[in-house]
Formats: sequence, structure tokens, C-alpha cells
Amino acid sequence: MSQLPSRQEDLSPDTFLRGLWKENPIFVTALGMCPTLAVTNSAVNAIAMGLATTLVLVGSGVLVSMLRDWIPKQVRIASYIIIIATFVTMVDYGIQAISLDLYAALGAFIQLIVVNCIILGRAEAYAAKQRVIPTLVNSLGTGFGFTLALLSLGVVREILGAGTLFGLPLFGTDYQPWLVMVLPPGGFFVLGAWLLLFNWLRQRNERRLAESSGVAANAR
Amino acid sequence: MHAESLTSIFLNAAIVNNFVLAMFLGICPFLGVSGKKETAWNMGLAVIFVLLVSSAAAYGINWLLVRLGLEFLRLICYIALIASAVQLVEMFIKRFSPTLFRSLGIYLPLITTNCAVLAIALFQTSREYDFVQSLVFALGAGVGFTLALMLMAGLRERLALARVPNVTQGAALTLMLAGLLSLAFMGFAGIGGSHG
Repeated sequence: MSQLPSRQEDLSPDTFLRGLWKENPIFVTALGMCPTLAVTNSAVNAIAMGLATTLVLVGSGVLVSMLRDWIPKQVRIASYIIIIATFVTMVDYGIQAISLDLYAALGAFIQLIVVNCIILGRAEAYAAKQRVIPTLVNSLGTGFGFTLALLSLGVVREILGAGTLFGLPLFGTDYQPWLVMVLPPGGFFVLGAWLLLFNWLRQRNERRLAESSGVAANAR
Repeated sequence: MHAESLTSIFLNAAIVNNFVLAMFLGICPFLGVSGKKETAWNMGLAVIFVLLVSSAAAYGINWLLVRLGLEFLRLICYIALIASAVQLVEMFIKRFSPTLFRSLGIYLPLITTNCAVLAIALFQTSREYDFVQSLVFALGAGVGFTLALMLMAGLRERLALARVPNVTQGAALTLMLAGLLSLAFMGFAGIGGSHG
């Protein structure tokens, strides 16, 4: 039997917000790269994939958290995977029932949510130790963070690669679509460019911080 | 689909629709273990082995599930199967090459969550490959994965000696490189007929 959780987190805004920015699954911890790159060739696909993943994340997180005192430690990973696979099967059939077009566009990547490291990572690192309500909130935060990251890729790739946003044309008929951006290499390039931007911002902040503390030290 | 020749299946999986660079499967180990050529090579071999074992087993399981009319359990069965296959490989490597076992480290159990392995099982089911076709498909995907991993490791070993701007350190640079490689592989598009 697993030992009692040592430290439980109280519910706070940070429980939710952490997943959005500070621990953003894509940009900061670099988990779940495969669906990120594969389905973000349009903004609609990105949102659908993000929401499907959020649903699985919340469902499996809550169930794992509810069962955390009953799952023996030795077989916990296998149990989590079975729980996750159950929810993915449900989402898979759900999307098939709601929109067949969307199902075709996302293809095998709905079923591949099972092997998305974000979900197993959350189950192991958070849901297995915390109470149900904080888990629910934290999973929602992580899910929205993931959706946000997917969207930021999907929007850029759709605008550059097809000249549209959510299917609506943005530019006149003269616009020559930059086709490579909706093809596989575009995924790598756009994600790389976002990471470059964040790196640059972070380094600039650090430099400013160092400069301002240096000035303060000189003034003294 | 049944008429597809074995060569065409192999080339399609290995080069034209390369699993890593064109279909984005198995990106995590691709970014994680591509630092050194030797580790990349060993990782590639381990993945090929897991792919072959799980592809064969998935074929059997699917046959059984279809007979019993339990297709909705497919995903759960596949994932349990892959986890056991990885466990098998882990025991095998630990027994015969402890050095290799240490150098692969955490990435060995993580093959379970390598999308390429689950994708093989799902694709061979949806494309209705027979037993031999499935094995060839798995082998092709594994070879493609190893090829991409080796190319990347070679590039990164070179880059370790080069001076790159400060901002581009880490994952950003690797992703840009992967983009260029992927662009190069697009040149093969159309050689073997396409299906996504």
C-alpha cells in the first residue's frame, strides 16, 4: 500500500495558472511534442486536439486522485496507463460521433493521446499525491496551457501556410501561400522560432536584472 | 492495399513517410537521445526490436479481438502489450549488455510512450496489412527512426564544436535542425505513392 501523501497542496490561483505559463507543458517542460507538431497545421485542429487532451487529462487525473490510496505502488504506472487508455477510447468514439471531418483530420493522433507524456507525467507527479479538487484545477490549467501552446503554433502556421485564420481568408487573392509552413518542416520551424523568442526574452530579462542590481550596488 | 509490394511498404515507412521527420512520431527520444552517435545507434536498435515484437503480437491480439467482437478494447490491449514488450527488451539488454543498459538510462522504459510503437500497431490495423506486411512495415519504420536519429546525432556532434549564438542554445537549435532535415526528406515525396 502506498504511504500517505506527505504534503498536500491547498487550492490557490497558482494551482491553475502554473500550467498555463510557468510549467507550460510545451514551451517549458517540452513534453508531448508529437501531437504538437503533427496536428497544428490549422487553428481548428489545434483547438480540437487541445480540448481532447484536456478532457483526458482532467478525467484521468481525477480518477487517479480518487484511487490514489488504493493503487499499490508497484503497479501504479500500469494502472495509470489503463485509466488513461479508457478515457482516450471514450474521447475517440466521442469525436467520431461529433464530427467525422475532424476525426479524419486528426487521424491516429487521437488514439496516440495515450502515449502523450504530459498526461502520465501529471498523473505521476501531481494526481497521485493530491486531493481531488486541486487535481481537477491543476489538470485544467495544464490542459489549457497545452491548448494555448498548440493554438500559438496552429495560428502562425495557418496564417503563413494558407493565408487563412479559422478557415477565413485574411489576405487578398494575391497572397502566395508559404506552403512549407503547413507541411511537416513548418512544424519544426515554427516551434523552434517560438522557443528562440522565449529564450531571447528570458536572456534580456536576466541581463536587465543583472544591470539594475549592478547599478544599485554602485550607487551604494 | 493488399496488393502493395513489400519493397514499397518498406521504402514508404523508412524514407518517403519517415516516421520521425514526416509523421512526427517518436519526437521525444529523437530530441532526447540524439546527442551522441553511439547512444543513438543503440537506441535505434532497441526501438527496432520493440517494434518487431509488438507488431507481431499486435497482429495476433487484433485477430483475437475481431473474432470475439471486442474491437473497442483494442487501444487498451495494445498499450498493455507494448509495455510488456518493452519490459522484455529491458530484461534482455540488462542481462547481455549492462553498459548499454546504463547508457540508455531512462529512455529505455520510455520506449513504452514512444508514439511510433503504438502508431505501428494502429496503422497496420487500419491499413489491413497481413502478417508479413506488418513485420516489414515495422522494420521499415524502425530503420527510418534509426536513420533520422543517426543523422541528427551526427549533426549535433559537429555543432557541439561550433560557436552558436547564445539565444539558440538547447531545444530551439535542435528543432531548427530537425526542420532542415525534414525539408530534405520532403525531396523523397511521391516516390512510393502516399498514404498518410
